[in-house]
Amino acid sequence: MSETAQPAPASDERVKDLGWRKLLIRPELGGIVGTIAVFAFFLLFAFDSGMFSAQGVLNWSVVSAQFMIIAVGACLLMIAGEFDLSVGSMIGFSGMMIAIFTVTLGWPVWIAILVTFGMAVAIGALNGLIVIRTGLPSFIVTLAFLFILRGFAIYLPQTIERKTIIGGVSDAAQGDWLAPLFGGKILEGVFTWMGDNGLISVFERGTRAGQPVIDGIPMLIVWALVLAAFGHVLLTRTRFGNWIFAAGGDAQAARYVGVPVNRVKILMFMFTAFCATVFATCQVMEFGSAGADRGLLKEFEAIIAVVIGGALLTGGYGSVIGAALGALIFGVVQQGLFFAGVESSLFRVFLGVILLFAVILNTYIRRMITGER
Amino acid sequence: MKSLFTPIAVAASVFTAPLAAQAQEQLNYVLVSHAPDSDSWWNTIKNGIALAGEQMDVTVEYRNPPTGDLADMARIIEQATASGPNGIITTLADFDVLSGPIRDAVASGVDVIIINSGTPEQARELGALMYVGQPEYDAGYAAGQRAAGDGVESFLCVNHFIAQPASTERCTGFADGLGVDLGNQMIDSGQDPAEIKNRVMAYLNANPATDAVLTLGPTPADPTMLALEEMGLAGDIYFGTFDLGGNIVEGIKSGVIEWGIDQQPYLQAYLPVIVMANYHRYGVLPGNNINSGPGFVTKDGLEKVEEFAGEYR
Repeated sequence: MSETAQPAPASDERVKDLGWRKLLIRPELGGIVGTIAVFAFFLLFAFDSGMFSAQGVLNWSVVSAQFMIIAVGACLLMIAGEFDLSVGSMIGFSGMMIAIFTVTLGWPVWIAILVTFGMAVAIGALNGLIVIRTGLPSFIVTLAFLFILRGFAIYLPQTIERKTIIGGVSDAAQGDWLAPLFGGKILEGVFTWMGDNGLISVFERGTRAGQPVIDGIPMLIVWALVLAAFGHVLLTRTRFGNWIFAAGGDAQAARYVGVPVNRVKILMFMFTAFCATVFATCQVMEFGSAGADRGLLKEFEAIIAVVIGGALLTGGYGSVIGAALGALIFGVVQQGLFFAGVESSLFRVFLGVILLFAVILNTYIRRMITGER
Repeated sequence: MKSLFTPIAVAASVFTAPLAAQAQEQLNYVLVSHAPDSDSWWNTIKNGIALAGEQMDVTVEYRNPPTGDLADMARIIEQATASGPNGIITTLADFDVLSGPIRDAVASGVDVIIINSGTPEQARELGALMYVGQPEYDAGYAAGQRAAGDGVESFLCVNHFIAQPASTERCTGFADGLGVDLGNQMIDSGQDPAEIKNRVMAYLNANPATDAVLTLGPTPADPTMLALEEMGLAGDIYFGTFDLGGNIVEGIKSGVIEWGIDQQPYLQAYLPVIVMANYHRYGVLPGNNINSGPGFVTKDGLEKVEEFAGEYR
């Protein structure tokens, strides 16, 4: 916390004037540099591969947006000093609940979505409550929920429908008012116009021949941007944001100055669960089915994105914009490696090397500008 | 700082190799599977496309979602489409999730062949050229009938990939072939060998009257064999398995395993590449779907299987 403290009124001799460096001392600077480096890298090695065609851009944008949605929640929680390892299982569980409510029980989709959000947020609160009450590390408590929620995501459909993937949500979602908010697309007219005018390519054959290859921006991307903006404003412009930093920096000190640390942490667990459910709902509405294996290992991907974005694993330092850029870097690298034609068995080697490189670069820049050791 | 730039140098050397190969006009194919990294069975598929690619002088890349998450697989198919290959060969593990991306690929002018999972009907509906594979339920049913003929009345289905509907269909088909209800006879074993072994032992201890064990691939078959040996049931209990692998062949030879169902995955990788390359070069296409299996591998005629198990068989 200390290195990001804002200087008080000008003539205080205790405050060092940092001059131009003040502009650079931002947690997201490393993320910005990393993003530029990654894009430069792929422009160099994969420019002709279709990665920067309309379909290619949408592909890595959607993957990045998926990471971004869960990274925003994980970022705020990590700044507040806690982890949530149940994010991936929560994605599988929430998606499955929506499918069970709509397909098996025949509820209207909007009720199913709202009830599922309610359940997810309640489980998030339970996570937080157990962490606060028992004083156990959140790492362990949420690891338990990783298994519990995944277990239910497999058990419930197996018992009720005798299968692990429940389809038919698309049919149920026809004409629903809430479903398009997660599975719909916007700006469809713009893309049709671009297709008609040859700005983007169109389908060559089949029933959709002549239609543009991209027919709109998926709501998934909109959600990612809205959540990132919300998280950024919450963290940097509100009193509650300061409480988040304080709770993660030194919880006891924060309690002494009157910050409701427990409430902040529980709310952040609830927000993380909310983000995971947004992810799950978008996925179920897009694909029309829920599977027991959805979201495997996504908790680690969220944490990776947050750390690439410059947050400290120990809490108290980080930025939502940084996490969003971290998600972008992760998404672009992951999909970009496919485009660049990397040998598939070496794919993960490259993913690891580039991610490590991004984090080292980020840390190096942060230390350079903050003077932190 | 110097050390920071080493990865780029390494990366550059590997990236340039495929780019150089594209200089001459060539056919590019992508094979997308639903298998997680941990599933060793797919090595045969990789060997199949490698050999076919070499013989036909085409490039074939292999892609899979690392954790087996089918939603990630949908993104990989979208990505493959965007990279503009001549053809995509893909499994159809879940119709709901994958039909959209596959339809988009077909509409973008990329030819698609469905392999392994899915059905011929679904392949036709999506506008794919053909289906190459083994219908899962039918294969399970045939195995069930065979086991019923050998006097089996109850069984344990060791499902190591419970999130994949095709796996469950094999168990259901087997139960229906036997003429019994699946009920609780299927367990979720997970992918870890030690866990699989322990769960099989736990089930057989709790249900000593079980007549037969059915495993769905080498991943559960190898630890299941160990479990049976440890319990003294090896060779006594009726043991059948889907798919082949090195240890499974040994098991069939020694009489621990009654039969292995070979869906001949090598053909599922090899044939689509050959078919597509001929289609794109000369416009010729076989008139129907290709069934690569099921074939029952028993003690008789194991020689070739033994020689190439895990490689081409």
